[in-house]
Amino acid sequence: MSILINKNTRVMTQGITGKTGQFHTKMGKEYANGRNCYVAGVNPRKPGESFEGIPIFATVKEAKQKTGANVSVIYVPPPFAAAAIDEAVEADLDLVICITEGIPVRDMIRTKYKMQGRRTKLVGPNCPGVITPDEIKIGIMPGHIHKKGRVGVVSRSGTLTYEAVGQLMELGLGQSSCVGTGGDPVNGLKHIDVLKMFNDDPETDAVIMVGEIGGSDEETAAYWVKANMKKPVVGFIAGVTAPPGKRMGHAGAIISGGKGTAQEKLAVMEECGIKVTKNPAEMGKLLKSVLK
Amino acid sequence: MEIEQVAAENPAAILKEYIDPGMGLEAFQARKLAFALGLKAQQINQAVQFMTGLYKAFEETDSSLMEINPFITCTDGRLFALDAKMNFDDSAAFRHPEWQQLRDLGEEDPAEVEASKYDLNYIQLDGDIGCLVNGAGLAMATMDIIKLYGGNPANFLDVGGGATTEKVTEAFKIMLRIPHLKAILVNIFGGIMKCDVIAAGVVAAAKQVSLKVPLVVRLEGTNVDLGRKILAESGLPIISGSNMADAAQKVVAASKGKR
Repeated sequence: MSILINKNTRVMTQGITGKTGQFHTKMGKEYANGRNCYVAGVNPRKPGESFEGIPIFATVKEAKQKTGANVSVIYVPPPFAAAAIDEAVEADLDLVICITEGIPVRDMIRTKYKMQGRRTKLVGPNCPGVITPDEIKIGIMPGHIHKKGRVGVVSRSGTLTYEAVGQLMELGLGQSSCVGTGGDPVNGLKHIDVLKMFNDDPETDAVIMVGEIGGSDEETAAYWVKANMKKPVVGFIAGVTAPPGKRMGHAGAIISGGKGTAQEKLAVMEECGIKVTKNPAEMGKLLKSVLK
Repeated sequence: MEIEQVAAENPAAILKEYIDPGMGLEAFQARKLAFALGLKAQQINQAVQFMTGLYKAFEETDSSLMEINPFITCTDGRLFALDAKMNFDDSAAFRHPEWQQLRDLGEEDPAEVEASKYDLNYIQLDGDIGCLVNGAGLAMATMDIIKLYGGNPANFLDVGGGATTEKVTEAFKIMLRIPHLKAILVNIFGGIMKCDVIAAGVVAAAKQVSLKVPLVVRLEGTNVDLGRKILAESGLPIISGSNMADAAQKVVAASKGKR
């Protein structure tokens, strides 16, 4: 088991003909090691063509009907990316993973509003994607730094997720699944949603939760952990040294009106029984210390 | 009125209405706010017009904040906005070319303006250790770990996933303009970005700008061995960090004159 995606997942790439979409579809296909994971691409101007043997369709709906794809990954440029999510939601896919960075907030507010009551889950935007090691990789993370195991990783940041994974690997600990929820203020699955899934996954023993300044996702998740989580969770929050009022690279990473500081998040997490470290080089060690 | 101060001292005084994105701010919601502000019956319509107009403008301009402060009533009962503040969503800049004309570069940090020309995410801080990192989360964590080991980061810099030699060189030039700079830490976890590409960029940049401060480099990820080899064979006095903690400790020591 794993969460969100596994070897039976069938993926379509929206934006398969762009440079990024092509590159990462190819990498994802190689990671699947012969298993038929990447089954379709979507480009309204190039139906009937193919990329690396993957057929291209005009619409998400058609790609789903013809290939049975149940998950989509989006590499569409920012001005059109929210509409690409809308199309995947309307086609009732199980999951949409949006990698695109720089989607206007207003577009995402509309998209989230339209998603209410729909079955489709969204990961991202502005995220590295999701990987279930040794089974399937959907997104831009380097596949080879991972291996199969029993630690779940959830993070808003891409490279900080790789850092956490790298530290786990040095200690010989593999991962069940790694989920990057994205650095935007308006996004799909939050830390709490991913933690719930890890809690229910029999093949996850413990979770590293990596957060950063801005918003209150980490606090919300921490309170849920305190009341419900049956597995150990450890955490790190980036941005203890971030100055207030400045966006630290990610659109969502901003301390505003004194809210969303790393100190505040760390305090709430500790209060909720989550072991935290202020040293980003010790995420792996901390996780190992809580394993039974 | 300082809204942050009110929020801290008397949060109950702040009136809140939640806007349904599908409906926009409805007239009854604006009326509720107007009545709660203590406005007189004959002022309500004008206040509603103000507030619904404010929301419409907020939406159409892709603002992330729109504030009228102060908002006053005259002795004859009329309402006036005396000042306003707007923040825009940078991601929506592609559909608002008019923003370019509003930009006043004199109001911005010159290093940040320079960095934005090369699509680098840069924020000036007041420490003496320059940081060059890929990824916003890792860049923040790098600042944090420098501080944790007793140093002071001079900047936040995310070179992004597609860093080229040119970008890395420009990033070095920007950091080297910091007058009190004592050392530089390059921290890369190469995912899609290959370590050998970054290493070649660092070497080219260091040679081009004739680096005068100690440089600590930590490389991890794709093609890491190749990257480390390029650094080792460059003939440059680069201090290698074996992991994030080691690199941070080394750069802090270097910034204090210890090698």
